[in-house]
Amino acid sequence: MADTVTASSASDLGVEPNEKPRGLLRRAWEVFAENKLALVSLGFIIFIILFCFIGPLIYKTNQINTDLSTYLCKPSGAHLLGCDDLGYDELGRLMAGGQTSIEVGLAAAIVSVLFGTLYGAISGFVGGWVDSLMMRIVDAGLSIPYIMLVIILSVIFHPSPAIMIFVIAAFYWLGVARLIRGETLTLRTREYVQAVKVIGGVPMRSVIRHVIPNAIGTIIVQGTFAVADSILILSGLGFLGLGIQAPSTDWGSMLSNGLQYIQGGNYWWLIYPPGIAIILTCIAFNFIGDALRDAFESRLQKR
Amino acid sequence: MVGFLIRRIGQSIIVLFFVTVFTLFLVHLFPGGPIRALLGPKATPQQIAYYNNLYGFNQPFYVQYLKWVGQLFQGNFGYSPKLNLTVASEIGQYLPKTIVLVALGLIVSLLFGIPLGIYQAVRRNSFGDYLLTGISFLGYSTPTFFVGLILVDWFAIDTHVFPAFAPQGTSVGSILADPRALVLPVISYAFVLYALWSRYMRSSTMDNMVQDFVRTARAKGASERRVVWVHVFRNSLISIVTLLGLSLPTLVAGAIFIEVVFNYPGMGLAFYTAALNVDYETLLGFTVLATVATILGNLVADVGYAMLDPRVRY
Repeated sequence: MADTVTASSASDLGVEPNEKPRGLLRRAWEVFAENKLALVSLGFIIFIILFCFIGPLIYKTNQINTDLSTYLCKPSGAHLLGCDDLGYDELGRLMAGGQTSIEVGLAAAIVSVLFGTLYGAISGFVGGWVDSLMMRIVDAGLSIPYIMLVIILSVIFHPSPAIMIFVIAAFYWLGVARLIRGETLTLRTREYVQAVKVIGGVPMRSVIRHVIPNAIGTIIVQGTFAVADSILILSGLGFLGLGIQAPSTDWGSMLSNGLQYIQGGNYWWLIYPPGIAIILTCIAFNFIGDALRDAFESRLQKR
Repeated sequence: MVGFLIRRIGQSIIVLFFVTVFTLFLVHLFPGGPIRALLGPKATPQQIAYYNNLYGFNQPFYVQYLKWVGQLFQGNFGYSPKLNLTVASEIGQYLPKTIVLVALGLIVSLLFGIPLGIYQAVRRNSFGDYLLTGISFLGYSTPTFFVGLILVDWFAIDTHVFPAFAPQGTSVGSILADPRALVLPVISYAFVLYALWSRYMRSSTMDNMVQDFVRTARAKGASERRVVWVHVFRNSLISIVTLLGLSLPTLVAGAIFIEVVFNYPGMGLAFYTAALNVDYETLLGFTVLATVATILGNLVADVGYAMLDPRVRY
């Protein structure tokens, strides 16, 4: 993937033959790496992924059977972050919930970015009445307040993690499609795209080989923000009790569960760990998205 | 301008058509159909057939659609058998209270977001800019309901400064009669919106600061304060007015979470209750209302932008 993108963009951008050809992604990385905040965020994301997916192998807890003998127990040596109302170890729960949150967030982002990109690129490239029709459909989807759509969809389809991916992607692709369509409108007039038409290439070839690789900056930036947004929406649905159902959990459902005890006493370990995990993960993805946008934009300025 | 208006209104009508078809189609997605969702798992096939006939769900989709849209035009948003209320009367009861919450949240967030966003643009890369950028990112990345809950934990449970619940009451007057109870809901709502406005104001002011009219104003000897607060501010305001029209879906989303957290008796809480009860008529009616409002908001924003900014020509 990276190689084809690099090769096509290097030739497309008209890099001088004597200049050492450097791929778009590598140049973007160089700018990105100068941004300390973004590097810290990237480090944090790697840490949280290791924590959620490798952590349970080291810190073994029982996340299947409830244990009422440890009902709401305080943090201690045996349970580093205490236990919740079903006796699940909270630190282990944070890992299990994080797995769901991150998996759903990443998958929803990938699905919506892939579909939105293809839809937007085709719409913008074909143009004419097809474009108008396709964009009115996007307008229609975007005018439904997304939270209402998501709530109705989760009432209709009782949510499992796989369904949540579909529910979130069902509206998130719309924004991506509109953005990529705008990008495509400027790209389709470029000479190298016109040249494909002249030598008899089919439109789909232009879209896949030329339009999409040149919009890769926008696509990656959008994908990064999509992960943060998806995690937030999933947690919101979890809070409303419409998200992932027990015994699986996600950070939002953990929060929602802990809230029942917010009035009753100081059960901080039920609320702050999942809340802070959501906030830090989303901030990190947002910082990375912001830095990537700068990185890809500065590529345009240097050109 | 007239041509633009006609084309833009035509687009909105097409969008309205797609949206209404889609939302009505959603009703048929309920497992076993809308009547099964209404009557519950114990309903007999005879009962389901009877109610399908009564509500016209056995007719072709286009007949249902035309009938439904005809009713919408008459202000009939449906009838909730679960609550024994027309959806229009639910809207009449809840919408004013939600408007109070949204309006207060908007005012507070704009009062902070606009000046601080301009400050950030003027003092770019200063300590204050970084600090406020951090706060905006925090606003973007914190779930709305979590902001509300933290505030409840700190100011209602730990310190008893403000009540944990929003004012309860049936009329707008009774909501406004208890301003202390409104503080926490409005602040948590405003915090999330603040992030949106201040980020937008910062980038829009930065864009405007390098425009020719700013150089002209400086060349004429206008003070820096006058340049920022008169010349740049007025131009940035145009785009924030447009953004207001476009951000209706965001406003609705935030309001739902805040209303659920604080038990605020508005549209969002009613929508949430309807979702738990699978009251599809209420869900459908509220969604259509919010969607039509969004489409109109977009239309007004576009037309308003074209009228406010003489450089825009269609």
